Amino acid sequence: MLKLIDVQTCYGNIRSLKGVSLTVAEGEIVSLIGANGAGKTTTLMSISGIVAASSGQIIFNQQRIERTDPDKIVAAGISQVPEGRRIFPGMSVLENLEMGAFLREDSRKTREDMEYVFDLFPILNKRRHQAGGTLSGGEQQMLAISRALMARPKLLLLDEPSLGLSPLLTNQIFEMIKKINTEQHMTIFLVEQNAYMALKLSHRGYVMENGSIILEGKAAALLTDSNVKKAYLGI
Amino acid sequence: MNYFWDLFLGGITRGSIYALIALGYTMVYGILELINFAHGEIYMIGAFTALIAASLLTMQGLSGPAVLVLATVVAVLYAAAYGFTVEKIAYKPLRQAPRLSPLISAIGMSIFLQNYVMLAQTSDFLPFPNLLQNVELPAFLNTWIAPAEFMIILTAASLMLGLTLILKFTKMGKAMRAVAQDRTMAMLLGVNVNRIISRTFIVGSVLAAIGGVLIASHVGRINFYIGFGAGIKAFTAAVLGGIGSIPGAMLGGLVLGLTESFATGYISSDYENVFAFALLILILILKPEGILGRSSQQKV
Repeated sequence: MLKLIDVQTCYGNIRSLKGVSLTVAEGEIVSLIGANGAGKTTTLMSISGIVAASSGQIIFNQQRIERTDPDKIVAAGISQVPEGRRIFPGMSVLENLEMGAFLREDSRKTREDMEYVFDLFPILNKRRHQAGGTLSGGEQQMLAISRALMARPKLLLLDEPSLGLSPLLTNQIFEMIKKINTEQHMTIFLVEQNAYMALKLSHRGYVMENGSIILEGKAAALLTDSNVKKAYLGI
Repeated sequence: MNYFWDLFLGGITRGSIYALIALGYTMVYGILELINFAHGEIYMIGAFTALIAASLLTMQGLSGPAVLVLATVVAVLYAAAYGFTVEKIAYKPLRQAPRLSPLISAIGMSIFLQNYVMLAQTSDFLPFPNLLQNVELPAFLNTWIAPAEFMIILTAASLMLGLTLILKFTKMGKAMRAVAQDRTMAMLLGVNVNRIISRTFIVGSVLAAIGGVLIASHVGRINFYIGFGAGIKAFTAAVLGGIGSIPGAMLGGLVLGLTESFATGYISSDYENVFAFALLILILILKPEGILGRSSQQKV
């Protein structure tokens, strides 16, 4: 479904992605793990078209998208929940969700999807008229995921959904990610620093270091890999 | 009491024009963090276009409200085209440049447009037909308010109400607010940010052009330089109310208009600007973010 071939991305003179290649197949949860500054967020921002890849190919459903504008990429079916959630602070929960459905014209189905996310996260329904900026961290993460789902994407990109959340809330969010994957057959590409949680949830995983993929494989295999254990799992 | 009422109405009238222009400054600032110094010129171009259109229409034998409405429509279309083009030429190529560059480009655009109109028209004041005088008010209103003032206040109030509703309820309005709050996130949700920026300039230009037509037919004369003065005042109003805040621009305009009107009426017209800018300094000392402005700590 998604394929990156030797993608390089530069910020000014700094090359932050040094030839990244990876694939995500339909229905999978794939995680990209690695330390701070390894280039995980840049990978997602390159896929979403926010930062332009300087070379290489990004292919989504047989279409090259590395030169495509961000709004066209969303229209093609890729939604991202960025790092730090980026809820519109001055807009209500409802308006944030409506913004998620910005490109959709089918208002009846949009309303059904809103019911679905309210089912997933009932707390959002309770807070629907509250300003996004007044929600707690966990609620904001739920809203951010729901907002991305409102676009009815084919591929969901998640950047550090566990960031700043308590272990209990992290568990809850990850369970929901699993549920979205199985119930909606949503393909999910997940970026995480919390390698253990991410690999437990995923089918496959990639390990990133200094802008390159250094290891890939089945999530279960990575969990027992001695290098991964030492570097990322702290075992 | 009567004198007070007159000053009050004069202040509200003047203030609603300031507010209309200030909205253009504040909306552009909200989205691009840019002070569009060429915005006053759009107002001036709106007034000039209306003058030309009104003259042509009068020559065709039209009169009264028809001239007013048609001339305003032409002015609005023309000014919107100018606002759109100014953004594309002067600001869009500098989107990634350091913040000072678009600011200088804006000042350059302002000087260019002033001189362009001066060369194309004249540097003298031109008489502007009093299009608002022909309006007939019901008798009970007539004792309280002059037709021109009534029309200006009514038009400005309806436009501001309309803008508020658009921003609150339409898809485009929500997208504008979203882009102002977090541009990258709006892009991640599929908002075409360039289109939203263009539309913001168009909306601001429409408001400024209508302001230009209203005030020109109230004052009765225009020249190429009127945009500068009105622009500075409207910018002051926007800062006063809190730049980036829509209700702030409206409130700032009215406060500034009233201050000027009362200062002129009770002290001396020589001190009009002194009081206007003294008020600005006072507000900036007491509440630097403006009356309704938020302190800029949103971006963590």
